[in-house]
Amino acid sequence: MSETLPRAAVGACLDAMPRHAPATRRRGGVIDESAPVQTALVAAAVGILALLVVLPLLAVFTEALRRGVGHYLESFADADTQAAIRLTLMVAGIAVPLNLVFGLAAAWAITKFEFVGKSLLVTLIDVPFSVSPVVSGLVFVLLFGAQGVFGEWLAAHDVQIVFAVPGLVLATVFVTVPFVARELIPLMQEQGTSEEEAALTLGASGLRTFLSVTLPNVKWALLYGVLLCNARAMGEFGAVSVVSGHVRGLTNTMPLHVEILYNEYNFVAAFAVASLLAGLALVTLVAKSILEWRGGDQLERSRRI
Amino acid sequence: MAISSNGHAASEASGTVAIRTEGLAKAFGATAALAGVDLAVEAGELVALLGPSGSGKTTLLRVVAGLEQPTGGRIFFGGEDATFVPVQARRVGFVFQSYALFKHMTVAENIAYGLRVRPRRARPPRDAIRRRVGELLDLVQLAGLERRFPSQLSGGQRQRVALARALAVEPKVLLLDEPFGALDAQVRRDLRRWLRELHDRTGHTTLFVTHDQDEALELADRVAIMHRGRIEQVGTPDEIYDHPATAFVAGFVGDAVRLPAAAEAAGLRVGAHMIPSPVVAANGTRRDDGPAVLFVRPHDLVPVADHVHGIAVEIAAVRRAGSGHRAEVMLGHGLPPVDVVLPAGRTARRGDRIRVAFANLRVFPA
Ligand SMILES: Nc1ncnc2c1ncn2[C@@H]1O[C@H](COP(=O)(O)OP(=O)(O)OP(=O)(O)O)[C@@H](O)[C@H]1O
Ligand SMILES: [Mg+2]
Repeated sequence: MSETLPRAAVGACLDAMPRHAPATRRRGGVIDESAPVQTALVAAAVGILALLVVLPLLAVFTEALRRGVGHYLESFADADTQAAIRLTLMVAGIAVPLNLVFGLAAAWAITKFEFVGKSLLVTLIDVPFSVSPVVSGLVFVLLFGAQGVFGEWLAAHDVQIVFAVPGLVLATVFVTVPFVARELIPLMQEQGTSEEEAALTLGASGLRTFLSVTLPNVKWALLYGVLLCNARAMGEFGAVSVVSGHVRGLTNTMPLHVEILYNEYNFVAAFAVASLLAGLALVTLVAKSILEWRGGDQLERSRRI
Repeated sequence: MAISSNGHAASEASGTVAIRTEGLAKAFGATAALAGVDLAVEAGELVALLGPSGSGKTTLLRVVAGLEQPTGGRIFFGGEDATFVPVQARRVGFVFQSYALFKHMTVAENIAYGLRVRPRRARPPRDAIRRRVGELLDLVQLAGLERRFPSQLSGGQRQRVALARALAVEPKVLLLDEPFGALDAQVRRDLRRWLRELHDRTGHTTLFVTHDQDEALELADRVAIMHRGRIEQVGTPDEIYDHPATAFVAGFVGDAVRLPAAAEAAGLRVGAHMIPSPVVAANGTRRDDGPAVLFVRPHDLVPVADHVHGIAVEIAAVRRAGSGHRAEVMLGHGLPPVDVVLPAGRTARRGDRIRVAFANLRVFPA
């Protein structure tokens, strides 16, 4: 793998150049003459990115380490902090597999079958992207809260959803629904059904066809979707904040815990937890790049990248 | 042994018919892709399905394969009703127009797939599979390419891998959807000949779809002409070409020009000309009086030397065509021009007047 990365990276660069070159040349006169404008635009982009992305990221780590590594590490000894980390891992650990299965099933159904209400399903998958996460959280409170639609029934049966872990999982699943499905649908649409049909005519069962033909064909896109889904599941604040109830050590996920610590002027601890989330983001970025390199071959063959 | 008729016509030697469809119908919503197809393919036969785009060729092939469920009618494989047999159990070899090779598998893995997915009881041992793959690679002339991925093959090579993969499961019938559709003319011609040889060698019952009539006429034992979800005519290439059964077939096969005509007591009126009844009777089928259509192919009209017989026409244009020349003539005002093949070594000029006679008359009621 260490061997393929640089080569793939170089390949990607070489790949990108000729595609843009002719267009640049065609309008070349204009662009050559306005080199200063070009420089200004690039500088602006880099500047804005530095100001809005790099600087805050650096600030997180600086603040976290302001009173030394000892203090930084000490923050993680706190029981509530550890509980928050465990809870975040657990919620993501439940939400991501659920959405993996749902995303695969939805993409499979949408791209390989004809059925009524198909376009409605496609639209519904996008709802979590278009609705504010806070609203999503509120919906769950309205449904499952004490005064909610199912509130009485739930209370009677001693089931606690809102202000408890099930609520957190529900809210997280809801906001991360689109990631896997959206990644798979265009790819599977592009690939059509003929490979599956070929497998069937060769005698393969439906399950065998799915495992040996469909899945390998979407492997990289699936991993990519899972990665994005996971990043969002761990980082989600809005929806989770509404359904959490902020019970320390019980229903506080990492993002919520950061806010509480910050509001308590416990800056080092707040930024220490925040640095974990920032670290997660960096790891995600690296993993994403690796996936793009490794899976580029497959994704390219399906003409997606 | 008193087992008697189970519906087979006495003349039909049952057992030699590999595929038979009865009133096969398939509707997609309001479109009837198949509107009652009756077709019998004999064992070992190579039959071409020929027809214009949208006539239902692919649909017929998919229904026969079991990839599509018919909305009416029945399918028999070797006398057994296979209408509701699932696709996996039909043992058909299907070659898709786009080949549909498994992108993430090597050539060898692609070919072995159908054997590998068999239930353990029926699965050949590993080296038997390897041997079989080797044999098939030799058969399709791709030995040495077994480790390649489909993306590393040319179109013609992919085509042959698809064929080898379909043959690996020893199918009862081979179904090919425009097997040469995506290839350029030269490769097409080579592969066409190669497929015919392969068929003669292996003897698989084969049904293949094409919309290239040269391909169908050259390659097939019999040709079935499809039109609007129905089969218009089934016959040998000669029968189809020389004796089209319907106006559609006459217009579709060969470079026929369609001319409006009128059948009258005295003969056939075409534009300003009257072809006398005896000539019509001698060269074609006499139709009932009334509006008719006449189909004229380049060799149907021949120049005649004498000044009495035939129709006097003026040459509108002369073109070189292969070894000789072709003249374009008009049989009447407002009618499309028709081609006349000039005898070898003879040419003519625009505006020349010649006399032509019909060597063949294909007339159908309008
Ligand atoms: N899945 C489908 N859904 C709806 N209509 C379809 C479907 N498949 C085929 N049809 C329709 O059925 C008719 C026959 O289609 P078919 O693909 O069998 O034609 P064809 O003879 O193979 O044409 P071509 O030469 O263009 O491949 C067409 O009118 C087509 O639009
Ligand atoms: Mg077709």
